[in-house]
Amino acid sequence: MARPATRQLLQGLGFCSPSIIGLAALMAYPMAASLYYSFCNYSVLRPARFIGTANYRHLLTEDELFRTALYNTAVYAVWAVPLGIVFAFVLALLLNVKVRGMAFYRTIFFIPSIVPLVASSVLWIWLLNPQIGGINFLLDRIGVDGLLTRFAETAPATARWLGFEGGRLPGWLSDPQWAKRGIILWSIWGVGGSVVIYLAGLQGVPKELYEAAEVDGAGAWHRVRHITVPFMTPYLFFTLVMGLIGAFQFFTPAYVMTNGQGGPVDSTTFYSLYLFNVAFADFKMGYASAMAWILFAIIVVGTVLVFKTSARFVYYGEGAGEGR
Amino acid sequence: MEEGGRTQPLWLRMVAHLGLVVFSAIFCVPFLWLVSRSLMTNDQIMQEPHSLMDLIPAPVRLANYPDALAFKGFHFTTYLTNTLIICALTVFGTILSCSLVAYGLSRIYWRGRNVVFYILLGTMMLPAQVTMIPVFVVFAKLRLVDTFVPLILPAFLGNAFFVFLLRQFFLGIPRDLTDAARLDGCTEFGIWRQVVIPLSKPALATVGLFSFMGAWNDYLGPLIYLSDSSKFTLSLGLASFSSQYGQEPGMLMAATTVMTVPIIVLFFFAQRTFIQGITLTGLKG
Repeated sequence: MARPATRQLLQGLGFCSPSIIGLAALMAYPMAASLYYSFCNYSVLRPARFIGTANYRHLLTEDELFRTALYNTAVYAVWAVPLGIVFAFVLALLLNVKVRGMAFYRTIFFIPSIVPLVASSVLWIWLLNPQIGGINFLLDRIGVDGLLTRFAETAPATARWLGFEGGRLPGWLSDPQWAKRGIILWSIWGVGGSVVIYLAGLQGVPKELYEAAEVDGAGAWHRVRHITVPFMTPYLFFTLVMGLIGAFQFFTPAYVMTNGQGGPVDSTTFYSLYLFNVAFADFKMGYASAMAWILFAIIVVGTVLVFKTSARFVYYGEGAGEGR
Repeated sequence: MEEGGRTQPLWLRMVAHLGLVVFSAIFCVPFLWLVSRSLMTNDQIMQEPHSLMDLIPAPVRLANYPDALAFKGFHFTTYLTNTLIICALTVFGTILSCSLVAYGLSRIYWRGRNVVFYILLGTMMLPAQVTMIPVFVVFAKLRLVDTFVPLILPAFLGNAFFVFLLRQFFLGIPRDLTDAARLDGCTEFGIWRQVVIPLSKPALATVGLFSFMGAWNDYLGPLIYLSDSSKFTLSLGLASFSSQYGQEPGMLMAATTVMTVPIIVLFFFAQRTFIQGITLTGLKG
């Protein structure tokens, strides 16, 4: 009786050994080591020296750049994630109207999201160039330039506050006030993955409800607001959580677009960029480990908060256990 | 009237169509910009455009492409070879390890398998930044920095997300099939090899595709581990081209196009796998 069970245990362990080894070598040990390093002064070259909570205290009370990085990352998360969700949702709704050529448009929206990150970052450095770039050229062509000039004349203070001093077009990556906005604009170009997810979700909204609502005289807006959106909340919620987690780990485009500097004037020093530079440019491994654990704490607390509040707005269909 | 499905009113379809045309045109602008710049002389790129005519390459400089691929600051063939080696081994390692683990978690009934599964799921929450530093220290002590090993080895040790995906798929394979094979005296490894793997081609294709994309696009990994330019991947090479040779935008745009086109071609060949894969990742929420 015991023998088949033992054999199955060994077989199970055997098949799972890649992950078991992976969990031990790439997760458990590194987590323990990272936690230990976070209480140490450690530069790889010399052995780690235990310094208690000094790293954490310095980060939370003295490190100005750490605060800037937190702020930059929060700004990015607060703007890029909701804007991306709303925009992707609108695109998915438009595609769901089932006009001719839907597959063609879907392809166009999707492709930017699979362009290699470094390639799209390099491309956007040039697109966002204030003088010779495509974005400002486009803004100029559709008459935004003239509008801004008039705006800056009538309300100079507001214009300056918004970053349009003297009615100039945005300076994007060369202007501290505009650099994050440039990167947020770049992120909107990559919403295609969410569009595809929403489009799949939209197929699951019961058609009868639309018909019933139409009979009751509900307009298009009401149908979207009271039928589509509630049914789509699980998908919107999923992309919200993944988007927020991703935003706090946002790295490659910021690094490539600013040559790893996070400039101008630290305006694009995002959390993970700062962490990388502390670890692999300054070789302050202990300090960077403390940053990593603070990041983990932020992600866990943030996710829990989003899940808690989500109970109020996420609709998982009537009755429990609908196989989601 | 109802069999044909609902058709929306004409005005709604027209508004939607207009919206789609406008937005897709905007989405295309960066691609048009990329390709047109890749065919321009550096002088033309550096000039401020004033009219739509300035967006058309004049003269057309096709030589940006051969020049970029032979440029001293961008060892294209080396980077491509390195990237392909890393991609191939990553895809192979991921499919092999994840399908084995997923089999062990779905088809073999042993004590503790749920524990392993839930721990694995839990690690998906952990940001890479936490483990990245000690893993680097270990590879540095093993003198494996500036080799491909740190970039490839993890693929052979199971990726939690792909294990999860394949486990779900394997659970959908009728138990009768694997039980029958077992009664016929097939070993577990034989069942994995001859029953489960052949039945799972679509799921394995998804895993293969996404791990390929991950390896092709990865920047942080090569940035941490590779320092000798003869070991660079395309991502690393293109980024260093961009930061060092800003005065050569024509070649830079050509190189950027060359790195992007294979992925777009791949998309057209594997469109369904892409869309299904994205949908699958979304639906698990």
